[in-house]
Amino acid sequence: MRIASRQHFEEAVAAARDRREARTRDIWVCCGTGCLANGSAAVAEAFRSRIEAEGLQTGLGVYTKTTGCHGFCQRGPLVVIQPEGILYTRVQARDVPEILEKTIGRGEVVERLLYRDPNTRTPVARYEEIPFYRHQTRIAMRNIGRLDPGDLDDALALGAYGGLVRALFEKTPEEVIEEVRKAGLRGRGGAGFSTARKWAAARKARGDRKFVLCNGDEGDPGAFKDRSILEGDPHSVLEGMIIGAYAVGAHEGYIYVRDEYPLAVVHVQKAIEDARERGLLGRDILGSGFDFDLRVSRGGGAFVCGESSALMRSIEGKVGEPRAKYIHASDRGLFDLPTVLNNVETWADVGAILTHGGEWFAAYGTAKSRGTKAFSLVGKVKNTGLIELPMGESLRRIIFDIGGGILKDRPFKAVQTGGPSGGCLPADRLDLPVDYEVLTENGSMMGSGGMIVMDDRTCMVDVARYFLKFLSEESCGKCVPCREGLRQMLHIFDDLCEGRGRPGDIERIERLARGMQLGSLCELGKSAPNPVLSTLRYFRDEYEAHIDRKACPAGICRTLTTYRIIEDPCTGCHQCTKVCPVEAIEGRPRQKHRILPEKCISCGSCYDVCPENCIEFLPRGGREEAIHGHADH
Amino acid sequence: MEHSSRAVACVDLAPLEEILQRYPREEPSLIQVLQDVQRAYHYLPCEVLERVARELGVPLSKVFQVSTFYRAFSLTPKGKVVIKVCTGTACHIRGAPQIIDEVHRRLGIGPGETTADLGFTLETVNCVGACAMAPVVIVNDRYHGGVRPASVGDYLEPKE
Repeated sequence: MRIASRQHFEEAVAAARDRREARTRDIWVCCGTGCLANGSAAVAEAFRSRIEAEGLQTGLGVYTKTTGCHGFCQRGPLVVIQPEGILYTRVQARDVPEILEKTIGRGEVVERLLYRDPNTRTPVARYEEIPFYRHQTRIAMRNIGRLDPGDLDDALALGAYGGLVRALFEKTPEEVIEEVRKAGLRGRGGAGFSTARKWAAARKARGDRKFVLCNGDEGDPGAFKDRSILEGDPHSVLEGMIIGAYAVGAHEGYIYVRDEYPLAVVHVQKAIEDARERGLLGRDILGSGFDFDLRVSRGGGAFVCGESSALMRSIEGKVGEPRAKYIHASDRGLFDLPTVLNNVETWADVGAILTHGGEWFAAYGTAKSRGTKAFSLVGKVKNTGLIELPMGESLRRIIFDIGGGILKDRPFKAVQTGGPSGGCLPADRLDLPVDYEVLTENGSMMGSGGMIVMDDRTCMVDVARYFLKFLSEESCGKCVPCREGLRQMLHIFDDLCEGRGRPGDIERIERLARGMQLGSLCELGKSAPNPVLSTLRYFRDEYEAHIDRKACPAGICRTLTTYRIIEDPCTGCHQCTKVCPVEAIEGRPRQKHRILPEKCISCGSCYDVCPENCIEFLPRGGREEAIHGHADH
Repeated sequence: MEHSSRAVACVDLAPLEEILQRYPREEPSLIQVLQDVQRAYHYLPCEVLERVARELGVPLSKVFQVSTFYRAFSLTPKGKVVIKVCTGTACHIRGAPQIIDEVHRRLGIGPGETTADLGFTLETVNCVGACAMAPVVIVNDRYHGGVRPASVGDYLEPKE
């Protein structure tokens, strides 16, 4: 039913709350992309059919809800039993009868499904007690995992659109911008530009046709906070955009979503339809007299479209080529009309800011970087997943307290932030507080919140080459410094990683980097040398090893590396033979194994699984000795 | 490349008609239309592009510009089984390159290539945002996490 006034809205919220509270037992099954891949749809279905078959819904008030991403993707599929808040991990459909019988029926905990602390091995029953969640403060992701993204009433019960009501009925557009200014909100997509300044400029711009856009082209590899927000709580983004549109005087908007996020597209489209049906989008929103409507635009899988001007060209149906920055989007953006573009997370913050006030938001974070920030914590870390915490927390706290430390307790080497425009920070920067300025000063950047943790088995030259390859494929090709600079730099890196590095390569790389920083048209090219320069700054010795000794200290560059089994501790457990893709390991069970150098492709699979740590890697130059060593026996 | 798609006699235009109904006939619809075409035909047949150009009032050269700019589009037919290896950073450091090498070793195709019998296509994708399960391989839209080179063979058996 259409909500036509503020009073109507309050009534709808009250009804939605009553309905939510009537559910005495609620089973939340995570259906984010990660958990779905691990089979959570079957788990949800098993709960539904079993609850129906046993009449638990009518009898005991037991419900099943499919929610967005809980963030702890690595342990998926995740199931949370409410109101107790018990978290079950790696749940499969076959576990459902036991959960219903023990936990729902008798109030007992199924211990084998509980999360275990990776360091102490003790099981933890309650959601909030798990370190991964305990250290977090969630604003942008306030409701993700707690609601069914396809159920608008569920969102209303948790306070969705409350900020919009305050904006529309209690504030002028100028006062809305003032509230956002007080919050100190800065763009969550990377550069950290002041949101209020952007809005104020668009408000002042002439013309009656203006746009607000949402940048959901989360292209940074290793970042997926925007995917989770769009999938798990699309209404928070819609609410922010309606408020933004009211503030700048726009009546049309687009949400630009990556083509690689099919589930996000479906959930956003459903949210828009639901909101329109209830009078939260369209003409005369909530009877306030304000009109605004939204459309979804799917991206075409081009990284450069995350750049604001390229994104706008893409919505226009053109190729995503950026244009020079002296033209401001707030004057001439989409279709050459005044436009405000903000990141998904930024929009998700806006509703909370209007609900609780700018000062409340500004109380979190550091002097220049206010509020909280979402990060995806991935790579070689024990607890991978999605987190949100106040700006200014240290990298150490994020990686070791929340992330639980490095996989297999290997040594920490670096953390990469900011995607292809960012850089790698080494161990001596672990105590830095994470905010926009500190990251930039240290050669990296905030970017869209990807944090990729690397251990000693990560080659920093290879990481830099990875980003160069990525960017050389994604450069739109419009300007020469970016297009050719990346290509030439990549040639040099291919040489380094394949044993053809020459003295003077480092200097050549640095010269090219300077040229690209000065001459490129858009931020993609200007920031493209960052991964290279930051690895050179902190890990120059690895570059030198590749050039001078033709050695890869991490044992990753295949042409430079060879593997062998140290015979002494080898127990013949056969683990390595099982993972070897080319059958290059010979040896009977419980007898010492041997790697056949002529067959080995140096993929390192055996090294990573060996429980006895009896496989070692050597520079390719040392290979001859190893082979001869065996021949002598 | 265009010649090979021309050679496919008589592309059925009925799915295109249905796609065109969904969007206003104007340039901003171009990418959305091409995406639906890609999904329906698994590539962008030449006849279809000519028709799209006419219907949306966009020069064919611009349609080709867009078709070749975005990664989501392909001008050549794809294999029955599409193997997408995620090459996001998290997947890269957890072994995605080894997965690509292994597919190449078994099928003889590199990223962007299709086997001669149109059985398999290998693609790379820049992060699907499922980094917690790295390395990720998507086979015909089904996600697989924690893939090792030795398990690649399992995905290459035609099961369905």
